[in-house]
Amino acid sequence: MSRLALVNIAVLGLLIGGALVAHLTGHAFLVTLATKAAIFALAGVGLNFALGYGGLVSFGHAAFFGIGGYVTGILASHAMSGTPLTTLPYTMNGTNEMLAIWPMVLLVSGLAALAIGALSLRTSGVYFIMVTLAFAQMIYWFAIGWPAYGGEDGLSFYVRNTFPGVPTMRPLNYFLICTALLLLALGFTAVVMRARFGLALQAARRNTQRTVAVGIRPFGIRLTAFVISAMITGLAGSLYADLNRFVSPAMLNWHMSGEIMVFIILGGVGRLMGPVAGAVVFVTMEHLLGGITEYWQVLLGLVLLAIVLWAPGGIVGMLSGRGRDNAH
Amino acid sequence: MSALLEIERVEAGYGPVQALFGVDLTVAEGEVVALMGRNGMGKTTTIRALCRLLPATAGTIRFGGTDLAALPPHRAARLGLGLVPEGRRCFAPLTVAENLVVAANPGPWDQPRVERLFPRLAERRGQSARTLSGGEQQMLAIGRALMTNPRLLILDEATEGLAPVVRQEIWAAIRALKAEGLSILLVDKSLRELSAVADRAVVLERGASVWTGPMAGLTPEMADRWLGV
Repeated sequence: MSRLALVNIAVLGLLIGGALVAHLTGHAFLVTLATKAAIFALAGVGLNFALGYGGLVSFGHAAFFGIGGYVTGILASHAMSGTPLTTLPYTMNGTNEMLAIWPMVLLVSGLAALAIGALSLRTSGVYFIMVTLAFAQMIYWFAIGWPAYGGEDGLSFYVRNTFPGVPTMRPLNYFLICTALLLLALGFTAVVMRARFGLALQAARRNTQRTVAVGIRPFGIRLTAFVISAMITGLAGSLYADLNRFVSPAMLNWHMSGEIMVFIILGGVGRLMGPVAGAVVFVTMEHLLGGITEYWQVLLGLVLLAIVLWAPGGIVGMLSGRGRDNAH
Repeated sequence: MSALLEIERVEAGYGPVQALFGVDLTVAEGEVVALMGRNGMGKTTTIRALCRLLPATAGTIRFGGTDLAALPPHRAARLGLGLVPEGRRCFAPLTVAENLVVAANPGPWDQPRVERLFPRLAERRGQSARTLSGGEQQMLAIGRALMTNPRLLILDEATEGLAPVVRQEIWAAIRALKAEGLSILLVDKSLRELSAVADRAVVLERGASVWTGPMAGLTPEMADRWLGV
């Protein structure tokens, strides 16, 4: 087994093992913390799909994280109040079933990404970063000015949505649901990046003209990757809303976009397990250092600086001894 | 022989700087044509215009009877233009095998056949492309172009900067491809090797084609005038 595979297993083992030990020793709060790490990791896996493999530096993925959260919150609040979302053209009711909410989340975040991506991907470099940021901020301000769903105060829905046969309010159960989705997303990413689509995406990251010369149109590939990326991050947003039973415009804020990017940079850009390692470290640091000082992000900043300067492959790259070679 | 590629009076440039002032060039089915001229005379620009990586401002480019003017570059490539760009760059994040797979189009050329042409690629199949030597990268770049199953293989300085032994390997492969009937347009500096493999030459001088004819017709005086440094 390669060193990289060992590192990957260790990262997942730390997350899952940590949650199980916390559960067995009765530390329910730590299980919830691990759940948060798994959800952030999933959001990072989504962004890594576009940023890490495709080189599309989206600074607006909070848009999809927040859209996932709001779709979940809106559906759940309507289910709770018993009022329909809309009666035109036909009656559409809310729902509190995760299996009904998730497809809706994937659909809405995918459509949003299709529109945002189709426009942003006409630019590149720093312009792409700014255009994605601008779209996310538009949605952020829209949410703040939307009183029907809480505006600036956000939207609470008190009871976690249901999953068939699983009492989701038990911390370990919800952790396992989130981790299962994380593993699915990781498996999906691994398979896609070895298929021709994923290879073309990675090829286009390095050189657009060479990709064109073998008959591949980078725009279509990049747009598809952007949409898939947004759907995964949107799903993470849905899980995050369910974790807190609360959504607010903060999920859409550019701080959130930055945090998702930090998970990837910490863990390793374009590494399969990079976002997982990054999210685990981020949540752990927030928990341990946040208890000591509210300025813990200063320390995070130093760690980030050290990684960017001395370990461009992130934690995964450093531990696997493949600091510069970023093929998977 | 019917013309596979017909370039007529093509002009092109980079922004305000015009680089091509009327290039005529044809390649027939199964023909190997050498595009010659000193540095800066427009060889690479001609190839970039042909592959639609640079817009032609005048003239026509027809490939297999299709006018390329309205096509985006990836569509032109899909018609069968197999470009091996100057500098033999591969897709660095991918392995050797992945570099081939990503370019694959249905046709007689597949990975096993490319690996038979360049056995070294088979040995390095799982290796990251960036760990290859210069010669191996060139083989991979040619292999990648062949994987698209092109009707015309375009080689821009395929042997530049390579060790003599590796160079001979590349030339041997080009001769093998010619023997199979593949149409090839090639740019190279080695007059001796070109004479051995090319059917015809087109000479560029200051962005325009000034002479075309069989390789044997290129006299030492002409070579000295147009190609000497």
